Amino acid sequence: MGKVSITLQNTDEGRMLVDAIVADNPAAEVSRMPALTKIDCEDRLSLRRETIEERIGRRYDLQELQLSLISLAGNVEEDDDSFTLAWSRGASPKHS
Amino acid sequence: MNAMPPLKQRKLSLKERYSHLTRGLGWETTYQPMDKVFPYVSYEGIKIHDWEAWEDPFRLTMDAYWKYQAEKERKLYAVIESFAQNNGHLNITDARYVNALKLFLTGVSPLEYSAHRGYAHVGRHFVGAGPRIACQMQAIDELRHAQTQMHTMSHYNKFFDGLHDARHMHDRVWYLSVPKSFFEDACSAGPFEFLTSISFSFEYVLTNLLFVPFMSGAAYNGDMATVTFGFSAQSDEARHMTLGLEIIKFMLEQDEGNVPIVQRWIDKWFWRGYRLLGLVSMMMDYMLPKRIMSWAEAWEMYFEQAGDALFEDLSRYGIRKPKYHEVASKEKHRLSHEVWSIFYNYTHAAAFHTWLPTEDEMKWLSAKYPDTFDKYYRPRFKCWSEMAAEGKRFYNPTLPQLCTTCQIPMGFTEPDDPTTICFRSAEYKGERYHFCSDGCKDIFCYEPEKYVQSWLPVHQIYMGNCGGAEVKDVLDWYHLNFGVDNFDYEGSPDQKLWDEWQAQKAANPV
Amino acid sequence: MTIDIRTATIQPRRQTYANVARRIGADKPASRYEESMFDMQATGEFHYRPTWAPEYELFDARRTVIVLDDWHVLRDPRQFYYGTYTITRSRMMEASEKAFAYAERRGSLSAVSDQWTELARHYLLPLRHYEWGANMNNCNITDIGFGSAITQAAMFATMDRLGIAQIVSRIGLLMDGGTGTSLTAAKQDWLEHPSWQGLRRAMEDLFVEPDWFQVFVAQNFALDGILYPLVYRAFDDEGQKQGGGAISPLTEFMLDWFDETSRWVDAVMAAAAKESEANALHLSDWAASWTARARQALEPLATEVLHDREGEVLDGIVDDLAARCRKIGLRA
Ligand SMILES: [Fe+2]
Ligand SMILES: [Fe+2]
Repeated sequence: MGKVSITLQNTDEGRMLVDAIVADNPAAEVSRMPALTKIDCEDRLSLRRETIEERIGRRYDLQELQLSLISLAGNVEEDDDSFTLAWSRGASPKHS
Repeated sequence: MNAMPPLKQRKLSLKERYSHLTRGLGWETTYQPMDKVFPYVSYEGIKIHDWEAWEDPFRLTMDAYWKYQAEKERKLYAVIESFAQNNGHLNITDARYVNALKLFLTGVSPLEYSAHRGYAHVGRHFVGAGPRIACQMQAIDELRHAQTQMHTMSHYNKFFDGLHDARHMHDRVWYLSVPKSFFEDACSAGPFEFLTSISFSFEYVLTNLLFVPFMSGAAYNGDMATVTFGFSAQSDEARHMTLGLEIIKFMLEQDEGNVPIVQRWIDKWFWRGYRLLGLVSMMMDYMLPKRIMSWAEAWEMYFEQAGDALFEDLSRYGIRKPKYHEVASKEKHRLSHEVWSIFYNYTHAAAFHTWLPTEDEMKWLSAKYPDTFDKYYRPRFKCWSEMAAEGKRFYNPTLPQLCTTCQIPMGFTEPDDPTTICFRSAEYKGERYHFCSDGCKDIFCYEPEKYVQSWLPVHQIYMGNCGGAEVKDVLDWYHLNFGVDNFDYEGSPDQKLWDEWQAQKAANPV
Repeated sequence: MTIDIRTATIQPRRQTYANVARRIGADKPASRYEESMFDMQATGEFHYRPTWAPEYELFDARRTVIVLDDWHVLRDPRQFYYGTYTITRSRMMEASEKAFAYAERRGSLSAVSDQWTELARHYLLPLRHYEWGANMNNCNITDIGFGSAITQAAMFATMDRLGIAQIVSRIGLLMDGGTGTSLTAAKQDWLEHPSWQGLRRAMEDLFVEPDWFQVFVAQNFALDGILYPLVYRAFDDEGQKQGGGAISPLTEFMLDWFDETSRWVDAVMAAAAKESEANALHLSDWAASWTARARQALEPLATEVLHDREGEVLDGIVDDLAARCRKIGLRA
């Protein structure tokens, strides 16, 4: 497979998101650089809205993620409750 | 009048809401034929059977777009404002750093603008509403990037040289034809190739190498304004990168016949983008007073590792890694040194200053490039610094030969021999054309009728199209202030002023 | 750490970028609009002809018959750059969100009479397709228009029209309980109902019109200039009388937007007309012929909603448009 990755700004909200990601994905590896934090994880990484809301103490819309994101690698799957990065979303190509 | 009973309002999920608000907006035209309304979607040979199969994972509607983007802008302009009010430029590590900004504003910001227009083109001409909206959002985002960069750099322009006429320089100055031709190559291609080149190859595969080290470097060097615009722009980038990956998968899933076309574009645009990033490599290794990571490390992290995962994922469609990726990896220990050497040799004709690395900096370079730096480049820098000490600072007096494809002066070495300059050439309609590499030669040979049009700065000077025959005439035509914008940092007006500020700072400790 | 340096030594060495100084003078700082708008687009030293239009350069002034010496006269009186644009729209949208939240919470649309609901579904919801067409036309101007002044404002207009299409769609979702059936029916109307065909045909003709400045006049001046006052003012007034008042707060955005945007549209046409008699003539011709066509296209709908007042209302709107024409130096 390979690693998916997400990079966030080192802002208050960014740090809180890093925290939430680590909580939701124990296998995540965190590297901190000046002004940004990069998180890598084998195959997939998922972030749940609830985990963020527990930390932030208010309703959180996952689209707010866009305010803190710097970069990502992997296929994105987003719905109301979670934001997921994964490789090999579909099992095999579906040619029409 | 009998009023209806109150309607039970279902709470729509993000996905449902997006689909109601977006899908179905377009229609099959009948008063004008579809192929006249959308004339550019078939000439590249890409076959799309079902535009509705497009899935936009971010599902952004305009209400949310305005809301989040306005919030980003409010934050960003607060920082820009306070940076100007507090003379934030005095907090950077060293004025040499500003030369990276000069390269950025003249080399990259105009590309943001070109991207804005390029995405507007695709945003008009794609058939499906989903991909068109994604392109339109990127079109306006890229305008944002161009504008916020002008606004952030506006303060630097008031205090430093070389930032005063970015668009004019971008269109004319010899080394800026590298980024200019890169982007015009993309914008002059069809809509599918444009997205492959910019959204996928550039944004998805390579852009991390430009923005992440550059912004991290800005933070490390005390430039909070640039960090802020950079990250604010990058927050749009996640959406853009996703468009890049989605469009590739969309083309690959729609028709098997698309696979070889897409592969050829990936090969071409990987190499084209990689050559462009040569400018970034020297910025990282030579232009940041405090360095974050070396070019080689960045290449390993952002291309070799991330690229492995990506291309493994795409292999199920029959896509392989871009051709010549192994050449790029072979070059990673020499790229930045070779590019910086070119600029050191031609600094009299550049709109930013150069210098030789200090002993400390050379130590860092030796440590980062143990196999190459001490062997090939340290002796070269030592020789140049001795010449400078004797008052014979080395300038290359002859105009360089440029690669017809990437337009960089011939200064790259053979993939397997770092001591021999790599030359390739090809004939087309009785004329001989020159290239820096097999990658650039292949690109030319596939579409020679395109690349023979290249506006090659050196040829243009010889043809008398650049203000005159003397270097000073040409520099005038570039709007480059002779003796101010060019030559070594040592002795420049930038340095003089910076040293005065530093002296004042020392005299007035707070 | 604060830095204390005598202000004398940190006097700016220049006030603004050189290209801006060449236009407004080097002795004063420039506005944000000026610094981020002027000369952003390349005008020469192009490398390759576009494979999709090899007869032109990548950006080419010859894509319209309008001729200007300096394309930056097409300035936006709102002085929008991206930041001020998004902040303005997000404020307007905030007000609309309140109206939607209220309508949703109170179910206020269910107070609208059946008859008027029926009519509103028919005259209002298909406009999401008209807006999508207007999005396409403005996107086309952004693509092949010349100079950053007009193209950046056209980009903002592009996104505005998508935003308005989505507001219209949300009204539909309020009417159908979130099922989307009203939107499907509206598309059917747009594609097949005789009352809508004149407008749809005009839009499709604009999609293939090569002269972008003509598209600008037809879409942003003539079609909008009749449709907006007709639908969002006259139809809305009629609705107030017929128990449809609850819809009005939901279309407030469109009225504010139209007032604001008309200023830009007029300023652009006025600047182009001022430059030459030939320009003024083209613009006058386009304005006249597209106004006539817009009126004709909207007559059937106006009759359905306003009945015998249709002629009088449209006359009034066309007169207003003619007054706008005269004000900006066109013959009308
Ligand atoms: Fe950008
Ligand atoms: Fe090359």
